[in-house]
Amino acid sequence: MTMTRRGMLKAAGAGAALAGSGYAIPKALADALKLPAALSEGTRAAAVLDALPGKKPLIKLSYRPPNYETPIELLGGNGITPNDAFFVRYHIADIPEVDAKTWKVKVGGDGANGTAELSLADLKRMPAHEVTAVCQCSGNRRGLFSPHVAGVEWGYGAMGCARWRGARLKDVLNKVGLKQEAIEIVFDGADNAIVQKTPDFVKSIPLAKALDENTLLAYEMNGAPLPHWNGFPARIVLPGWTGTYWVKHVISINAVTKPFDGFWMKVAYRIPVNKFPTELFKTQTTDVNTPITEMVVNSLITSHADGAQVKAGSAATLSGIAWDAGDGIAKVEASSDGGASWKPATLGPDLGRFAFRPFSFTTPPLAAGAHKVSVRAENKKGQKQVTELILNPAGYHHNVVQTLTLNAA
Amino acid sequence: MRTILAALAAALLATAALAEEQEIKLKAGPGLDKVEANCNACHSLDYIQMNSPFLNAAQWEAAVKKMIGAFGAPIKEEDAKAITEYLKANYGG
Repeated sequence: MTMTRRGMLKAAGAGAALAGSGYAIPKALADALKLPAALSEGTRAAAVLDALPGKKPLIKLSYRPPNYETPIELLGGNGITPNDAFFVRYHIADIPEVDAKTWKVKVGGDGANGTAELSLADLKRMPAHEVTAVCQCSGNRRGLFSPHVAGVEWGYGAMGCARWRGARLKDVLNKVGLKQEAIEIVFDGADNAIVQKTPDFVKSIPLAKALDENTLLAYEMNGAPLPHWNGFPARIVLPGWTGTYWVKHVISINAVTKPFDGFWMKVAYRIPVNKFPTELFKTQTTDVNTPITEMVVNSLITSHADGAQVKAGSAATLSGIAWDAGDGIAKVEASSDGGASWKPATLGPDLGRFAFRPFSFTTPPLAAGAHKVSVRAENKKGQKQVTELILNPAGYHHNVVQTLTLNAA
Repeated sequence: MRTILAALAAALLATAALAEEQEIKLKAGPGLDKVEANCNACHSLDYIQMNSPFLNAAQWEAAVKKMIGAFGAPIKEEDAKAITEYLKANYGG
């Protein structure tokens, strides 16, 4: 890790124009950041472009713990998000730089037959597997909720897609062997809370997901070691499921025989039962709620921001990405007349069922004035994006069909 | 993996990998000193700006209670009261 700061762009700050009754962030600055208009005024005032060590300037929502989202133009219209543009999300603020030479992951738990300690070299000696998969924060687009809900107020960029390489988690678990009674696998990372009473960030997944051939303890991302901010030296990769389970800087993996009852499973990251068409995490489900699991089908235009200028009298070519939890994208449709008519977009290369699927489409010639452009994706299971937001207390699973305005002039 | 507050304050300053945090200037008002002295120990104060101005009085109260109850923030009762009043008055919706 480089210790020096690569650079920083202060586009707007707390001191910028907190004048009068509102937070009015100067329009030019908001435009430079391309912040969605639906974000709260306070979020728009707090967000700045800032570069963490080793990263490009990303949209900083909070410094500590660091929560930085990827500007849409850096998400990777080709389906792959570069490592230095990949979003950063932490819950607790003591994030040690792990020394790869001394790092070890402990494997065990009451649901295991034994214990083991693996070094990075041990991990790399195991059969390697690669999967291209989207990592998306459960709360991506939370900031667009209406009414707003508390939390990290993400816009569109708390996600990315990368080529992950590592050992299969099932092979790691085979080092110790599992008992019949094992029901969940629990992960802890090297990050710590600031005060002792703050619940450490520890997550569990169902045994069946842990044994899935695509679930990895990954040490490479897009052909390079994981960036510090994305989990160096090894993180969990759980294709299809939201980022909360993709524990970074993993230091322990425990098989357990009872549902893990830590705060981040029992209280946080929960959705109401029966509101979403997603897989149930059965050993953690109560009468009221259940842990968030898979991502819902979604799409995003990455070539143009809301309010972008295009040439009047000409057709505009737009592109973007679509994704789901691993059934794969069947089609993307686009409308350039406010949703009155829809035409199929052209799908780009298929990088795998868990990956971003690029798409593009060309509008008819656009007369001078404002045009509402929308995209909607459908997966191979027939699941579609919603037209109306499904409200839930923590602001998860925002997959409302995106509409943006193009100004032809 | 836990550490204690005092050790952490020092560790935070020493950890070069941390974001180079810019000072967040919140609105002046009674209670700001308590906000800076307490909330800032565990998270940067941009969390407050970011969650405004849509949290109403009851939601700010709940937020402070959550920091103490769920996250174990060691905030004295009178400080908690001052913090809540400050947030309601300056960042409430």
